[in-house]
Amino acid sequence: MKIRNRIEKPSHSEEAPIFRGAESGQKQKPGKGGGGGEGGDAASSKTMTKKGEKLKEDMDALVDEIDDVLEENAEEFVKNYVQRGGE
Amino acid sequence: MATPKVMGSEVEYGITVRGDPDFDPISGCVLLVNAYREDPTGEILWDYDQENPLADARGFQVDGEKYTPNQQENIARNKTLVNGARYYVDHAHPEYSCPEVTNARDLVIHEKAGERILEASRREANALLPEGSEMLIYKNNSDRKGNSYGCHENYLMDRRTPFKNIVESLLPFFATRQVYCGAGKVGAENRSTPVDFQVSQRADFFETEVALDTMVKRPIINTRDEPHADRDKYRRLHVIVGDSNLSEYTIYLRHGVTALVLSVIEDGGIHKRVSLRDPVRAIQEVSHDPSCRKELALDDGRQLTATQLQAEYLEMVLAYYGSRSLDPIGKDVLTRWQYVLECLARDPMELSSEIDWVMKKAVIESFMERKGLDWTSPQIEMLDLQYHDIRPSRGLYYLMEREGRAERIVSDDEIAAAVHSPPVDTRAYFRGSCIEKYGSAVFGVNWDSISFGVDGQPIKRILMAEPLKGTKHHVDELLGASPTAGDLVDKLQA
Repeated sequence: MKIRNRIEKPSHSEEAPIFRGAESGQKQKPGKGGGGGEGGDAASSKTMTKKGEKLKEDMDALVDEIDDVLEENAEEFVKNYVQRGGE
Repeated sequence: MATPKVMGSEVEYGITVRGDPDFDPISGCVLLVNAYREDPTGEILWDYDQENPLADARGFQVDGEKYTPNQQENIARNKTLVNGARYYVDHAHPEYSCPEVTNARDLVIHEKAGERILEASRREANALLPEGSEMLIYKNNSDRKGNSYGCHENYLMDRRTPFKNIVESLLPFFATRQVYCGAGKVGAENRSTPVDFQVSQRADFFETEVALDTMVKRPIINTRDEPHADRDKYRRLHVIVGDSNLSEYTIYLRHGVTALVLSVIEDGGIHKRVSLRDPVRAIQEVSHDPSCRKELALDDGRQLTATQLQAEYLEMVLAYYGSRSLDPIGKDVLTRWQYVLECLARDPMELSSEIDWVMKKAVIESFMERKGLDWTSPQIEMLDLQYHDIRPSRGLYYLMEREGRAERIVSDDEIAAAVHSPPVDTRAYFRGSCIEKYGSAVFGVNWDSISFGVDGQPIKRILMAEPLKGTKHHVDELLGASPTAGDLVDKLQA
């Protein structure tokens, strides 16, 4: 079977071998279209910052939305949320 | 060759009624479960004859009362659905046990269909409550006051695999898989060390390594030996150590990785001893360390983080399948497992759209920062709870999903279809199809049996000891040729 074979042989280095070669910091998601080759080169740090800003903006929008849906009287609500044990 | 990993999940939901401090959870659950309307609505008994929750996998029978409700109570508390699921009242919680499936992707679809079924019945139930009251349902595992309820997983296993091997190989795996399976929790409980935020909902509640109990002194490995199948051939591993997950990605890994590890255990491929010095302590240490840097002591003197320990399992599974064929879903699970472990080793926060506990932590931290709140503020506790709220309009997970902040594994259409249709490749197909087709002629059901009451004749019980029989392929012709339950019973007896 074919799996990205980063793991060669279990060795005795202190660091688990799976993490070798993973220091690039580039997030490469599996799945989605299934093609392997969109890897990142070093020039992408600028895009990363841009991406970071975008994420921050998105997060801000999400926090606004939470304001609209968060249960009122949170204190009382969580105090009254008591369950009997189950299973 | 390992036994095919037929699997399922049983999710107990939290329930409360806003505006009614005196609400009784048991009658609330009965109302909820009965508010769910499907067509046809038969009154079907749950067949308790077949149950034996007191059998222990280590080879003995525990003394105790077996629960058998009277017929009326039985019907009021148990619904078997046309999709093959069981939806019922378990103690003081509504519980959804999804139909048996053959892979992690179908598991996601059917567990998610359960959320929709609970939400549909919640809406119906609310129409019956006095004005000003609203029933609310949470897919979580704790009230943060020391009470926990479970999300159990089931996996079909080969009876010939010694239970001792299973225990030894699984303890370290179960103590650490929470780094990609945890649902996250604000604070600590059950007398464990105070902490702002932890990885798992359930870790605070595990107090022993191996036992039969599920409600007190909970064990990392549960020994309930109730196969719901041919007892000579199979065992059903009943896993109680997991959290209730909302993220599809997390559910997929939880069941997918565990099934792969179990298959490799069965085939003798977990050859390296990875043994934790103190698994019970470890499960709490791992949960209490969202940085995922805490090193755990192994029996052989090494110190590994949870992520590194999981990587040892990944290596063994990869090595095992290196020379064997693996189905596409298994391959996909392996790729994602590897990806997630790489992220965890760098920075767990990279997984803020994949793994529940990280998703929850990321959103709470943003909210806290913006509002100038801290971990002890009631709004933060509320956010934790509301992450698990099953209302699509109010649940924080669903909000993130709508905003494209949750990696999906399956489609909304697939989930919607599973609300009304059983999986086609297990005995759940026969169960669900019989209920759909013969309605009130179905008298009683259990996972491995279905009985029919046909016009004054004695009740006829059909046994389904093989989870992989009764599939669409096996029974569609038979069902097509049997317009009534009487015809079906005749043909099966012929």
